[in-house]
Amino acid sequence: MSLQTLQERIRDAAGRGAALRLRGGGTKDFYGNTPRGEVLDTRVFSGIVSYEPTELVVTARCGTLLSELDATLAERGQFLPFEPPHFGAGATFGGCIAAGLSGPRRASAGALRDYMLGARLIDGRGHVLGFGGQVMKNVAGYDVSRLLAGSLGTLGLIAEASLKVLPRPPSELTLRFEMPEERAIEALNRWAGQPLPISASAWHDGELHVRLSGAAPAVRAAAEKMGGERTGEEAFWTAIREHTAPFFGGPEPLWRIAVPPPTARLCLAGNQLIEWGGGLRWLTSDASPHTVREAALRAKGHATLFRAAAKPAAAFAPLDPVLMRLHRELKAAFDPAGIFNPGRLYAEM
Amino acid sequence: MLREEEDTRPYECDGLTAYRQVPMVVALPETEEQVQRVLQTCTAMGVPVVPRGAGTGLSGGALPPGNGVLLSMAKFMRIVRVDSRARVAVAQPGVRNAAISEAAAPYGLYYAPDPSSQIACTIGGNVAENSGGVHCLKYGLTVHNVVRVRGFTMSGEAIELGSEAPDAPGYDLLALAIGSEGMLIVVTEVAVKLLPKPQCARVIMASFDDVGKAGQAVADVIAAGIIPAGLEMMDQPATRAVEQFVGAGYDLQAAAILLCESDGTPEEVEDEIARMQAVLERSGAARMTVSRDEAERLRFWSGRKAAFPAVGRISPDYYCMDGTIPRKRLGEILQFIAQMEAKYGLRCPNVFHAGDGNLHPLILFDANDADELRRTELFAAEVLEKCIEVGGTITGEHGVGVEKINQMCVQFQPDELEMFQAVKAAFDPARLLNPGKAVPTLARCAEYGRMHVRGGKLPHAELPRF
Ligand SMILES: Cc1cc2nc3c(=O)[nH]c(=O)nc-3n(C[C@H](O)[C@H](O)[C@H](O)COP(=O)(O)OP(=O)(O)OC[C@H]3O[C@@H](n4cnc5c(N)ncnc54)[C@H](O)[C@@H]3O)c2cc1C
Repeated sequence: MSLQTLQERIRDAAGRGAALRLRGGGTKDFYGNTPRGEVLDTRVFSGIVSYEPTELVVTARCGTLLSELDATLAERGQFLPFEPPHFGAGATFGGCIAAGLSGPRRASAGALRDYMLGARLIDGRGHVLGFGGQVMKNVAGYDVSRLLAGSLGTLGLIAEASLKVLPRPPSELTLRFEMPEERAIEALNRWAGQPLPISASAWHDGELHVRLSGAAPAVRAAAEKMGGERTGEEAFWTAIREHTAPFFGGPEPLWRIAVPPPTARLCLAGNQLIEWGGGLRWLTSDASPHTVREAALRAKGHATLFRAAAKPAAAFAPLDPVLMRLHRELKAAFDPAGIFNPGRLYAEM
Repeated sequence: MLREEEDTRPYECDGLTAYRQVPMVVALPETEEQVQRVLQTCTAMGVPVVPRGAGTGLSGGALPPGNGVLLSMAKFMRIVRVDSRARVAVAQPGVRNAAISEAAAPYGLYYAPDPSSQIACTIGGNVAENSGGVHCLKYGLTVHNVVRVRGFTMSGEAIELGSEAPDAPGYDLLALAIGSEGMLIVVTEVAVKLLPKPQCARVIMASFDDVGKAGQAVADVIAAGIIPAGLEMMDQPATRAVEQFVGAGYDLQAAAILLCESDGTPEEVEDEIARMQAVLERSGAARMTVSRDEAERLRFWSGRKAAFPAVGRISPDYYCMDGTIPRKRLGEILQFIAQMEAKYGLRCPNVFHAGDGNLHPLILFDANDADELRRTELFAAEVLEKCIEVGGTITGEHGVGVEKINQMCVQFQPDELEMFQAVKAAFDPARLLNPGKAVPTLARCAEYGRMHVRGGKLPHAELPRF
C-alpha cells in the first residue's frame, strides 16, 4: 500500500471523527493505556529506504520488521546501539520508535531518542511532514523528530524514520558477581564514574551481571581490574531485554521505575531487578499504584505501570498542569480531530 | 535594568555582527523570581523579550528587539551542585561551558560537548542552540548530554523538562526545548551529564595532497568501524591562517589536513591509533604525525579551535556558514565552494567537523564595501541551498536565528513551517519570546520567492507571490 492510501484512511477518519489505533505487529499492545479505535495497520508501508554504512544512517518505513533491520545492519557489522526490545517476532520499526523503549545498553549508549535523525509523519490532516533529516547534526527548526520518539502514535503516523547506527563493538564479555543490592548499587555507580567500557548491567537476587564492550584490549584490561567471574553469554542480555528471563514471568503487575542511578534500595513489597547502572528498577508487585508512584517520586523518579493483566492505574506517571496543557496543545496541533491513539499516553488526550 | 544607550549599546548584536539593534531596555535578573516577574510584566504589556547568554551566537539568535527587553542571563553564574556519584552537574544558565568541566575535574569527570567558543559561551546558550564541538562525533551534542532544564514560559509559568532519572514521562519536551533558539522557554537551570575523563587521548595529524582524498579518508575511517573521538578537517587556506596565529605545527604544504583522535585506556588508544593510521595510509595520506604527549595533542587542537579568530585576522570580516551534508558529498561541496569563490570573487577557507559532515566555510569580505557584503550573502545563500540539494541542512549547530531564516523556506514546505509555528504557539501563544527568529512566516517565504518545491508542485499556489 502506498503512503497515499494511508493518508486517505487518515483523512477519512478525521472527517468522521473516528479514533484510529495505529498498530504494527501488535507486540507492544500491552504498553501504555488500553488501545482503542479502528486498527490502522502500519505494516502495509514497509521496507528499508536507504542504508549507507559509511554514513552511519539507516532510513526505513514504519512497517519494516525490526528483525529485518537488525539483520541488514548486522551484515555490515553495525547495529542499533540502544538495543530496542522487540517483545515478539512481529515488532516493527515504526512501533519501536513510537514506543521509544531502549534496552540494556541505554545507560552507556543512550536512548532511542538519542539516535533519531529525522522522520516523515502523516499528521491528523493527512499531510505528510518531514522533520530532521539524514545527517548527524541539524538544528533547522524545532526537533520534532525526537519529539515523536516515545509519543506512542498520539501525534501522527510515523511513516518513515532515519536513525543513526554504529559499528558493533569488536569484543564483549560478561562478568558475574555475588553481591547484595546495596553493594551492587554502590559498585555500579562507582564504576560508572571511571573510564570503564561497561555496556549493560543487571542485578537480581544477589547476583550482579555486568557486560563490557569495546576494543579487545580495553575489555580485557577492565575485566581484570573489576574481578568477578566471566560468563560471556549474550543470551542472558537478550532475555533481560525481551523480558523472557524468569523474573518477568510472574502474574503480578510489572512496574518500570526510573530513578537517579545512585538511589538506594527502594523499599517496596515484591521483587526487583535493577538495570542501567541503578537508573532502572523493574518491580513485580501487588503493591498499590499509589504506593509505588509515591516511592518513585520520593526518589525523584517516576514509575510506569508497564505490564499487567488488567491495569489498576494509568500507565504513565501523571504530569503537572503546565506540562499537561503543553501536551494537549501539541496533540491538538498535530492531530486536531484527536483521532490518533486517544488516551493511549494519557487519558486527557 | 539598563536604559541609557551607552549601557545598552554593548548588547546590540551577538557574534553575527552584520545585524545590530540597540535594545530599548536590558534586564539583568539575579533570581528566578525576577526572571518570572520580567516575563509576567512583559506578557501583560505585550512587550517582546529576547534572552541572551554570552552573545557568542553566530546566527543572530540574541539580536535584541528594538521595542522590547533584552533579558541577559549573565548574572546566573552559579554551579548549583556537582554530584560525582550521580555524575550530574547542575548549573545556572550563565555558567560558561568550560567552567562546568573545570568544576567536575577534581572528580575525574567532565562535560563532553566542547564548542570552540567554550571559554566564553554559556550553558544556557548551548541549550538554546544545541551546540556541538569537536568531540561530538563520539560523545554527542548538547541534546545528548543535558538531562533536565528548568525555566519559565513567556507568560511566567514555571516549567521543568526532562529529569535526572532516565526517560521522563510524556513527550520529550526537553528535546524540543534544546535547539529552540530561546523561543520556547527561558532557561534558568540546566542539569548535565558528566562523563569519566578518558585515561588518555592521542591525535593523528594526516596530510593530503588533495581535498577530495581527505574527504574520502573520512568515509574510509567510519567504514572501517572506527568512531574517532574527533575527526576534523581544514583546507590549506585555513591551516595557513591558523599557523600564523597560533603556530599549531600544521603541515602547510598539504592541500588539506585531518585531525583524527582516539581516546580511552592506553591499550585501546594504541590499538585504535594503529588501525586509524592503516586506514589513512590506504586512503592516500601523504604524511602522518601522531601527538607524542598531551602538550602536543592540545597544540594540534589549539589550531582547530582558533580557526575562526585566526581567519578573522587575515580579513576585515568573515562570514561563517554551518551547513551539514552527508559525508560522501564532501568532495562535491568543496568543488562547488571553489566555483563560488571564482563566481563572486571572494576567498573562502574551509574548516569542518568532517566526521559529522558539518561544514564551516568562512567567506572573507570587507563589510565596509557594500558590494562585497552583497556578494557574500549571495555566496552563502548558494552554498546553503546546495547543502539542502545534496540531502543536508542549512545549519548543523549555529542555529537559524535571523541569518538563515530565508533558507528555512527552501528546506521546509509550508505545512512543516506551520507546524513549527504551532509548536511555538503552544509555549508562547502571544509570540513575545524572541519573536521573528528561526521560523519564517509563509508571507515572508513568499516574499523571498524561493518556496520549497517538492515533486515539482508549488505548494499553496493560491498564496500571493511578490
Ligand atoms: C569563535 C566562535 C567559535 C564557535 N564555535 C562553536 C562550535 O564549535 N560549536 C557550536 O555549536 N557553536 C559555536 N559557536 C557559536 C556559539 O558559541 C554557540 O551557539 C553558543 O552556544 C552560544 O552561547 P551564548 O551563551 O553566547 O549564547 P547567545 O549568543 O547569547 O545566545 C544564543 C541563543 O540562545 C538564547 N539563549 C541564551 N541564553 C538563554 C537562556 N538562558 N534561556 C533561553 N534562551 C537563551 C538566545 O536568545 C539566543 O537565541 C562559536 C562562536 C564563536 C564566536
